[in-house]
Amino acid sequence: MSETLIKVENVNKTYQRGGETLTVLDGLNLDVPNQDFLALMGPSGSGKSTLLNLMGGLDTPTSGGIGINGVQLDQMNAKQLSSWRSSNVGFIFQFYNLLPVLTADKNVELPLLLTNLSKSQRKDHVLTAMKAVGIDDRSDHKPNELSGGQQQRVAIARALVSDPDILVCDEPTGDLDRNTATEILELLKILNEDHGKTIIMVTHDPVAAESAKRVLHLDKGKLTN
Amino acid sequence: MSWLNQIIAVTNMNLRTVLDRSGSSLVVVIGIAGSVAVMVSLLAMAQGLNSTIASTGEDDRALILREGSDSELSSGISMQDINIIENSPGILEFDDEPMVAAEIFTIIDLKKKGTEETSNLPLRGVEEMSFKIRPEFEIIEGVNFQPGTGQVIVGKGAADQYQGLEVGNEIDIRNSKWKVVGIFSTQGDVHESEVWADLTYTQGAFRRGASASVAIVRLENSESLDQLGIFVENDPRLKLKVERESDFFNSQSSGASSVINAFGYTVAVIMAIGALFAALNTMYSAVSTRLVEIGTLRAIGFQGSSVLFALMLESMILALFGGLLGSGIAYLIFNGYTVSTLAGGSFSQTSFAFAVTGDIIRQGLILALVVGTFGGILPAWKASKQDITEALRSI
Repeated sequence: MSETLIKVENVNKTYQRGGETLTVLDGLNLDVPNQDFLALMGPSGSGKSTLLNLMGGLDTPTSGGIGINGVQLDQMNAKQLSSWRSSNVGFIFQFYNLLPVLTADKNVELPLLLTNLSKSQRKDHVLTAMKAVGIDDRSDHKPNELSGGQQQRVAIARALVSDPDILVCDEPTGDLDRNTATEILELLKILNEDHGKTIIMVTHDPVAAESAKRVLHLDKGKLTN
Repeated sequence: MSWLNQIIAVTNMNLRTVLDRSGSSLVVVIGIAGSVAVMVSLLAMAQGLNSTIASTGEDDRALILREGSDSELSSGISMQDINIIENSPGILEFDDEPMVAAEIFTIIDLKKKGTEETSNLPLRGVEEMSFKIRPEFEIIEGVNFQPGTGQVIVGKGAADQYQGLEVGNEIDIRNSKWKVVGIFSTQGDVHESEVWADLTYTQGAFRRGASASVAIVRLENSESLDQLGIFVENDPRLKLKVERESDFFNSQSSGASSVINAFGYTVAVIMAIGALFAALNTMYSAVSTRLVEIGTLRAIGFQGSSVLFALMLESMILALFGGLLGSGIAYLIFNGYTVSTLAGGSFSQTSFAFAVTGDIIRQGLILALVVGTFGGILPAWKASKQDITEALRSI
């Protein structure tokens, strides 16, 4: 392990629902070192997805600080966060979230549209990412022509294509059968170990969690281990 | 560059799903097409009527009417007065004769084609000089009438709209038979909705004695109107007024066409409000069915403003299709379609062709884009401000 990449300091996240204040994260502290592969587990409503969203820059804390690589996400506005996400984080979702009208390669290309790369440079990057996840032979297929495992590979290629330091995975194997799930987890391990990606993964699945270097449990907005 | 890329990417995604949502998208396109078609048709009607009446008249011609009358029908002028006017300066001469013609303007009843009811049709009694004053006049079928006879020539607009005005036919006017011997054109102006006959014969048939309705004068040039006006005003025997011919017909046209214009805009706005709700509904459903996709793009780093612009663009593209469709339908059905209507002042039918001009189509497209903009802005705003984590949860 190396130096701290993500520093979560005394983070609170509350929501107002029907006049009541709902505390989802309660004074949470967490350090995530560079090149960590962290699994977050816990029952529904424990706050693990909220924590993941905060570390991915999708949401901001009610109080407390989130620093990543020396940048304070909690100080950023929506536009700054958009820009930060585009170059620092790749997202992998349970249901892949591919755009159904676009072919696999066009889906993978999406994050590169936010850069100043030329069309041919974008094409090269897309091919590299698709090769890295072993899905380059399906580049012309639309999502509905691919299996769940293939779709998740395309989604991982999309998360990788702009070469972010952090991959944020929300139940990445939740919609897959055991064998396919194992393949995807192997792929994530390779990305972590061989490509140096820091991975934060929310999962309900203890088998999936075994692929991680560390497993943290949340309950009622607090870390329990 | 990247912001433009974002908008193109999101718009591309949106437009590619339009076919999947063809039902609701069609509601917007057809709703907008309907309101644009109605507005374009009504404006084309007003434009046609306006340009027909307003195109009548030249700057170097003047009409002399009785003081206080604002139409040819209500005017009366004695032949004696016309003899005095002939001495005015500023009047062009033809073969040493001043170019002044006395004309009777009255109304006859004839059946319009396809109906059993009669409508008013203007009959103009004209002199030989009337033709010289109006060089745009030409016989396009048959021959001109013989002076002193009960022969008539018919404007081509009137011939198209009324029964029995073919060359060789006889029509009943004031209990006698008048024979149609020719059809004439005056380059599309209001006289094409008239029947012309010999002045003297008309005076006799309508018991006008030695009087006419108006005098028409060809001026030396457009500035000579003042000379004629001063001459008429300074002669105590003349209780007449002088109007430039183009001004006279412009003022005749403004009433009817502005009513049609106002009606056209009113109906179009009412229909556009309906189309606006259809557009709002469609765009809200377009946003809600793509919430996860929008959330995903936002998570990847696409900015809210690019989502907003792309959705606005989609709404405006649909609206533009509607506008083009509506304008196209109105153009195909109505452009050049000839009808007649009661024109202001003459109490008689003026025939004119609908004119779908570029300016009217432009107004139709502007209406469509306004509907598209307002129909898209609220759903697009909502989508761009949508909480990303909530959007991603809406699977």
